[in-house]
Amino acid sequence: MTWTATDIALMLGKIVLLYAIILTGAAYLVLAERRILGFLQDRIGPNRVGPFGLLQPLADVIKMLTKEDMIPKAADRLLFSMAPAMAAIPAILTFAIIPVGAPLQLFGRQVNLQVADLNVGVLFFMALSSVAVYGIALGGWASNSKYALLGSIRGLSQLISYELSMGLSLVPVVMLAKSLSLADIVNAQADMPFIVYQPVAFVIFLVSILAECRRIPFDLPEAEGELVAGFHTEYSGMRFGLFFVGEYINIISLSSLASLFFLGGWRGPLLPPIVWFFIKVGLFSFLFIWVRGTLPRLRYDQLMHLGWKFLTPLALLNILVTGWWLALR
Amino acid sequence: MPILNDIKEILTGLSITFRHIFRKPVTVQFPEERRAMPERFRGSIVLTRDPDGAERCVACYLCSGACPVDCISMAAAEGENGRRYAAWFRINFSRCILCGMCAEACPTLAIQMSPEMFHCKRQVIDMVYEKEDLLIDGTGKDPNYNFYRHAGTGVVQPRGSGAGEQAPADPRSLLP
Repeated sequence: MTWTATDIALMLGKIVLLYAIILTGAAYLVLAERRILGFLQDRIGPNRVGPFGLLQPLADVIKMLTKEDMIPKAADRLLFSMAPAMAAIPAILTFAIIPVGAPLQLFGRQVNLQVADLNVGVLFFMALSSVAVYGIALGGWASNSKYALLGSIRGLSQLISYELSMGLSLVPVVMLAKSLSLADIVNAQADMPFIVYQPVAFVIFLVSILAECRRIPFDLPEAEGELVAGFHTEYSGMRFGLFFVGEYINIISLSSLASLFFLGGWRGPLLPPIVWFFIKVGLFSFLFIWVRGTLPRLRYDQLMHLGWKFLTPLALLNILVTGWWLALR
Repeated sequence: MPILNDIKEILTGLSITFRHIFRKPVTVQFPEERRAMPERFRGSIVLTRDPDGAERCVACYLCSGACPVDCISMAAAEGENGRRYAAWFRINFSRCILCGMCAEACPTLAIQMSPEMFHCKRQVIDMVYEKEDLLIDGTGKDPNYNFYRHAGTGVVQPRGSGAGEQAPADPRSLLP
């Protein structure tokens, strides 16, 4: 395929638009989390800045940017300053492969609502979620502080363990769709979303993405009761802000992947595809917040037991059963 | 199977928190909404007047002496009728701990604790309240009490004619 100027302009337009949507979405997800968590706990949540607190994200950003950016004396300066970006960039990159709507017909050419339709999309996503571990590991290690180091060690082992069950729970989806490309996976769910065929894989994936986002009940890397703030203890100002925003972008990207893999992505009756996509992502994001407002943190051995002794064998069994079913059908 | 029980417990918890979304929040949004505080709540300090509308304070300095953080200061002055009053009276609320010792010490019930809470201020200097800010029109907690009706100094009535007061003894009549 040769690239014309129109193609490049279209691609750049999509990238800029996606950036704007993701960053705004992440900022407002923070606000939504604070408000919804407030309602869950019979509180009100931030409602002072602007109508219903809608300008709160702006105020937060201004606060983050004007705060002093401290680097501890004993820290590894280069890695310390690189780690937040290493945590945030993979989360943003994941969006490159997410189709947010049905392909459009604009001026006689087909426009995919997806930055890149990779034929190895699922592998790309798995690779990026592995790369994201480096941000946590190096951030904690470069801080040269015991709490940060303990947090990053926990983060490493947790993310590696749950990546396994997450990857294995996606294998049946790929088997059903017969493709690793996300656009094909969505197309394969035209008749029936995969959650109907794969409820077990859906549950495993859901639990695993909760752990991948380091959210309660799996927030051991940043357990504030034990480790001050875990791997980002020594971070302040916008560097901390990057870790924070990265976490929320991660929530959005994993929510959209969950809806792509199991709920049929942008497919849905009546409403336009993009609206369906946003509804599904919103539902998953709400689930994340809801779970945070409900469950207590797991103990470390419980976390490892759940990952290795329960979810991973179950996912393997699920692959086996799916394989039999596909072969015998 | 313990796992089924665990799932049931998690779903129960989720349903409980979900129901709480629709419940009315218990938050009182302070500057706009105010909770009525109990009568004896120590929220701020006021200077009251006697039933006749005159200032009760006689500038005896007992409140500033009792104050553990030294936040009350004043200057005494004497009126034409010999009645003492405070020329200026100042409470620095940025130091005040609202302990109520001043109100306990006051012999004329002039200084009293009020359940009203005042706003926080942007400037520390705004926390310094002068006599005009502290004086209220009412009598506060003891509506009928007037110091001068009981303990006379010959200011508002002849000596010894106050309520519960005995006429001054004539020392000559006590001679053997």
